[in-house]
Amino acid sequence: MALALIIALPFFGVIFPLLTERLGRSACSVAAGIAPLAALAILLSKQSAVFAGEVLRVKLEWLPTLGLNLSLRLDGLGFLFALLILGIGLLVILYARYYLSKQEPMGRFYAFLLLFMGAMLGVVLSENLLLMLMFWELTSLSSFLLIGYWSARSDARKGARMALAVTGGGGLALLAGILLIGHIAGSFELSRVLASGYAIRAHELYPLALVLVLLGVFTKSAQFPFHFWLPHAMSAPTPVSAYLHSATMVKAGVFLLARLYPALAGSEWWFYLVSITGLVTLLVGAGMALFQHDLKGLLAYSTISHLGLITLLFGVDTRLGAVAAVFHIINHATFKASLFMAAGIIDHETGSRDMRRINGMWKYMPHTAMLAMVAASAMAGVPLLNGFLSKEMFFSETLNLHMLGSFNWVIPAGATLGGVFSVAYSLRFIHDVFFNGEPINLPKYPPHEPPRYMKVPVEVLVFLCLLVGIVPAYTVAPLLAAAASASLGGELPVYSLAIWHGFNLPLFMSFIALFGGVLIYSFRQPLFRWYAGLPSMDASLLFERGVVLLVETCTAITQRLENGSLQRYLSLLLGAALVVVTLGLGPLPEVTGAVAMTPINGIGALGLGILALAALVTVVFHRQRLVSLLMLSVVGLMVALVFAGYSAPDLALTQLSVEVVTIILLMLALYFLPAQTHGESSSIRGLRDFILAIGSGVMVAMLVFAVLTRPYDSISSFFLANSLSGGGGHNVVNVILVDFRGFDTLGEISVLAIAGVGIYAMLDGLRLIQPRADAQGRNWARDRHPLILATLSRVLLPMALLISVFIFLRGHNQPGGGFIAGLITAVALILQYVASGVQWTQSRLPLNYHRMAGAGVMIAGLTGLGSWLFGKPFLTSTFGHVAIPLVGEVELASAMLFDLGVYLTVVGATLLILANLGKLTQEKAGQEVL
Amino acid sequence: MEALFAAALGILTASGVYLLLRARTFPVVMGLTLISYAVNLFLFAMGRLHTGVSSVIAEGAEYGDPLPQALVLTAIVIGFAMTAFVVVLALRSVGEMQTDHVDGQEPGR
Repeated sequence: MALALIIALPFFGVIFPLLTERLGRSACSVAAGIAPLAALAILLSKQSAVFAGEVLRVKLEWLPTLGLNLSLRLDGLGFLFALLILGIGLLVILYARYYLSKQEPMGRFYAFLLLFMGAMLGVVLSENLLLMLMFWELTSLSSFLLIGYWSARSDARKGARMALAVTGGGGLALLAGILLIGHIAGSFELSRVLASGYAIRAHELYPLALVLVLLGVFTKSAQFPFHFWLPHAMSAPTPVSAYLHSATMVKAGVFLLARLYPALAGSEWWFYLVSITGLVTLLVGAGMALFQHDLKGLLAYSTISHLGLITLLFGVDTRLGAVAAVFHIINHATFKASLFMAAGIIDHETGSRDMRRINGMWKYMPHTAMLAMVAASAMAGVPLLNGFLSKEMFFSETLNLHMLGSFNWVIPAGATLGGVFSVAYSLRFIHDVFFNGEPINLPKYPPHEPPRYMKVPVEVLVFLCLLVGIVPAYTVAPLLAAAASASLGGELPVYSLAIWHGFNLPLFMSFIALFGGVLIYSFRQPLFRWYAGLPSMDASLLFERGVVLLVETCTAITQRLENGSLQRYLSLLLGAALVVVTLGLGPLPEVTGAVAMTPINGIGALGLGILALAALVTVVFHRQRLVSLLMLSVVGLMVALVFAGYSAPDLALTQLSVEVVTIILLMLALYFLPAQTHGESSSIRGLRDFILAIGSGVMVAMLVFAVLTRPYDSISSFFLANSLSGGGGHNVVNVILVDFRGFDTLGEISVLAIAGVGIYAMLDGLRLIQPRADAQGRNWARDRHPLILATLSRVLLPMALLISVFIFLRGHNQPGGGFIAGLITAVALILQYVASGVQWTQSRLPLNYHRMAGAGVMIAGLTGLGSWLFGKPFLTSTFGHVAIPLVGEVELASAMLFDLGVYLTVVGATLLILANLGKLTQEKAGQEVL
Repeated sequence: MEALFAAALGILTASGVYLLLRARTFPVVMGLTLISYAVNLFLFAMGRLHTGVSSVIAEGAEYGDPLPQALVLTAIVIGFAMTAFVVVLALRSVGEMQTDHVDGQEPGR
């Protein structure tokens, strides 16, 4: 559990600085330091085990089915990085105490910093790759907060946004890469992944997985062409730059290269992708660094260049190269963090970071100058400093390459050129800032040494640079060995950390770099003039422009697709459906199936013919709405007849009664709508609709024909066999509705009731213009309620109700049931409304249709719940036979109660809709049509 | 008979789709109604077309497929509720927008 604590402590520590913020800056920074200090102590207590080559693991299952576990791992590599994160983190906490001014919210700063620290520790100590990715994204998020700490400044916000966009986007690619690796290796646990390196490289998806992982690595470690975010992240407070952009976050990318080295390295893909990217980044970064006038800009580009160097070392894919890379990670972290801190001190004391104005600082702050000069020399690779050792290893590695054939000289030459520039910009940092005359027009003058303790972190780091540079074997050797062997996943190659290797080619390259650097620096003035003449390339401007362009393109595409025309959406939808069905039907060898067709009978053919003809007439006369509506009712009646003809009496009855209410409904609606539709579609649109309609029709016809002529197996035999014995009814359709599939029916009547209530709500407060005359200008008839209709309908009502009761009662055994009975009742009641008007009917028939529909759903639901009383599942039905004197034996089924609920809902909902729509027509007295 | 049935259904669908693509609400509702007829017949036909078979349990009788019938029965009723909902929505749209165009505004405005 100690491992989990190392990660958890910084997260817990987030609250301490927030709580102690009011007690002053010193108290706040001490509080912030507690958690990392404790974590560092725990880490160091594991040192001997790790150096002995042990791999400490903790595993807690989290989402094992997804392969995501809370599993952690501490080996040499993780130890090295955790040490850097915690150690430099503590120094940065001390440094920031003096860097931040009193007015700045220090608690928030430390809270963000600790959040980032925890996330970073999570990245380096995760055993599970998915877990690592979560921490990886968390570092992107927390670095966004840190870069944007001075949120009032626009450059800080822009820089933070750019860093988040680039590293976050890379994180997504990394996620995809990790998922692929997990798929290939069969696990996301590092130990499994690292052990299956051979299988991964042999897999056909390896190139894709590698490219995706490298995208994540290159964006995080600011490799060309994704390097542009790092210089813009320099708008962060300098402690943040010292921490994130030298020692930790940008190292997460190269950490992953080291971590996955055994799994991914060792292929041509790896060699070319990683080494060429590294080489280009090394050169671009080193070249650009020389031309920066901003102190932090120089350091940022130099960081890019050194990260390129580390990447190149991993890319050359020799075991010794990986050792040199790990070594350079350590060295770069120490000298670059101290340089950033020194730059921060200079900025803090002079108020400027412009190297053209800051000159001659040696006179004003000799102590700081000394420290910065040592660190800059380490960066340049001057002997007796740590940078020299790893740079020598780097040069000698570049000489051992044979992958490029006759172009083998390219990498050593590039490395030497990078070295030349590295010396030149380091020299510029030293000479331009600390010597080179007097300062020019500084905001704070005269500058002086910073507070004592602000220099302590720099002193510690510079001391380490010297110590490692002079006695490497007694200081860094065991740490390097543990980390490198963990990265390589096995035996270390033979290497020597000696300062002196004799006169050899790498030493010669170092000399070239030193003298070349001095030479270039001495020609800096013409070079700067040349650079100033180049067209300016502002990455942030390009980035912002890219973002704007992306948004505009997306908007344009969206607006082309979604221009607000519903007709267009619908035609796209139908077109897409046509394409899908065509693709689905495509593989059929032929439409006609094996089953023989039934012979044509005259009456059936006539019925279908009328159906088709009526449908066509509906369309042809669709501009004359009333005519079209009448033809529609013919179609509906023919559909009912088709049901009757094909032995479905229940359907025929339902269709017949629904047809009546539908047509009444549409008639009512038509009263408020224009009687005619004017032609307004363009010819092209008309043609498009025609083609879509024909296409849909042909497709449906083919589909139906294909199905009908093919053999068929149904689950209905179950219902037929069990209807009588299990449901107690002869009418299988009804038994299915109220018993077998009762739950469906319950849902359906609920929908019906909800639709009724919804329509009621939509009609509430609706005001429509009431036409005084019909389309031809004739006034409506004065006789609104013809006497014959009124009289007849009143006579018909009891008969209709009687029939509906009959239909309801016999429904379980004969065609009928709650749905049909409900519709018949509804039709009978609506007839009263039509014949005598809404007011007349409602005063005599004060039914509350809301309650009726609600009661129906409730009865059906309660019937279902009733079966719980008997310990049966929801909606279990029962039936029995009761002997009633005189009447004889009567069957009673609980399903009939359920059917009663259906009946009430249908009546309630139908009348809720129609009666309320009818009411609209009588807003003014004497105007009602119903 | 199957071919005739399929053809009739195709014509029904084509008519419905054409009306569905009109610009005014009322023809759209009519198209929707036609399509719901077509869909109901389509579902019904999935149980195959049987003439002269018994629809209730009887001794030694042949039966049609009751399951699609049960599905279609509720579909007819729900179809009515849906049509009613759309019609009232269209009316409300006329009341609020003063136009019966499906986009809620007269074209060219």
